[in-house]
Amino acid sequence: MSVQVRIPTPLQKLTQNQSQVAAEGSDIVSLFDELEKQFPGIKERIFDEAGSLRRFVNIYINDEDIRFLDGDKTALKDGDEVSIVPAIAGGI
Amino acid sequence: MFDFSEEQIVRYSRHIILPEIGGKGQKKLLEGKVLLVGAGGLGSPSAYYLAAAGVGKIGIVDMDVVDLSNLQRQILHHTGDLGRAKTDSAKEKLNALNPDVELNTYNERVSSENIMELFRDYDIIVDGCDNFPTRYLINDACVLTGKVNVHGSIFRFEGQATVFQPGNGPCYRCLYPDPPPPGMVPSCQEAGVLGVLPGLIGTVQAVETLKLILGVGETLVGRLLLYDALSLRFREMKLRRDPDCPICGENPSIKELIDYEEFCNIQAARGH
Repeated sequence: MSVQVRIPTPLQKLTQNQSQVAAEGSDIVSLFDELEKQFPGIKERIFDEAGSLRRFVNIYINDEDIRFLDGDKTALKDGDEVSIVPAIAGGI
Repeated sequence: MFDFSEEQIVRYSRHIILPEIGGKGQKKLLEGKVLLVGAGGLGSPSAYYLAAAGVGKIGIVDMDVVDLSNLQRQILHHTGDLGRAKTDSAKEKLNALNPDVELNTYNERVSSENIMELFRDYDIIVDGCDNFPTRYLINDACVLTGKVNVHGSIFRFEGQATVFQPGNGPCYRCLYPDPPPPGMVPSCQEAGVLGVLPGLIGTVQAVETLKLILGVGETLVGRLLLYDALSLRFREMKLRRDPDCPICGENPSIKELIDYEEFCNIQAARGH
C-alpha cells in the first residue's frame, strides 16, 4: 500500500528536510521497516529497543491514533496519511 | 441589570451585542479566574486577549527576566523592560490595557511544592510553559484538582493546541504517558521559533479559555490541533482517553506530583 507519511520538524534532519515522504507498507511495522531503509535512524526515534512505540511519540493514520486501533499491526490502505506526532514542550 | 458601569457597557459592547455572549456572558467573563503559566511567547497573546476580554481575575506565573532575545515574539515585553521580571512587565501592560482585571503575579518557578497553592484560586490553567517537567506537573495537578488545562506548545514552525478537561476527555498523559528522556528530543539550544508562531497558538488558547468560561461552542477537548506555518496547514487528530493512563486511567499509578529532572538549564531555556 502506498501512503504519505508526515514527518515532524524534529525528525526532518533524517529525511533531508522533507516534511512529507511517500512509502509502502501493508501495516505500520512494514511501513517503518521500509522508511528505515530510505531514512536510516528514523525507526529508533519512534520505537524502543523492544519494538514498542515510545511513550512521547504517537502515530496517527489519518486522524486516528494507532494505539486505539491495532497498534503497530494496524493495516494501511492506499492513500492513507500517516502522521508522526511527538510531544513538543516549547512555549516561550 | 448586570451591574455594569457605563464604561464597561461601552468597553465590552462588541461582546455584549453578540447573542452567544450578551450581558450574561460578559458577566461570566468578569467572574472568570484564569492562571497563565508562562508570560512568554504563548502567554503574551493569551494574556492580552484575556485581559482585553475582561476576564476578571488573571494570575501569571513566571520566574524569568526579560531578555533581548525574547522580544522577537514575547509581545508583553518591550525594549525598555530588559532585565525586569516578566511578571512585573506583564502586570504593567495588562493593567494599562484593562483596569477591570485583577492581576496577580507570581515570580516563581512552578514545582510540586507550590503548584497546588498557585492553582487554588483559579478555574482554568493556560499552559504556556517551555519545558516538559512543568507540562507534566501542570497536567497532573489539573487531573488531581479537576481543573481545565488549555494546552499549547510550539517548535520552530509547528504548533499544537488542545484542551484537557478532567472527566470529559483525555489528559496529557493519555496522549504522552511519560516525558522523553534527556537526549531524545532536540535540546533547547537547537530550537529556534518563528516569532509569530506562539502568537497564533497563544490566541487559540485564549479563544478556548473564553469559550470554556462562557460555555459556548465546541472546545478542543478530544482534538489535537496541529498547525504548520510553513505549509499553512491546520490538521486535527482525534484524542481519546486512555483507560491505562497512569494518572486519569482506571488504575492510576501516579497519585502524587512528580518533579522530573530539567532537560536543559534555565539559561538555555531562556534562549529558546
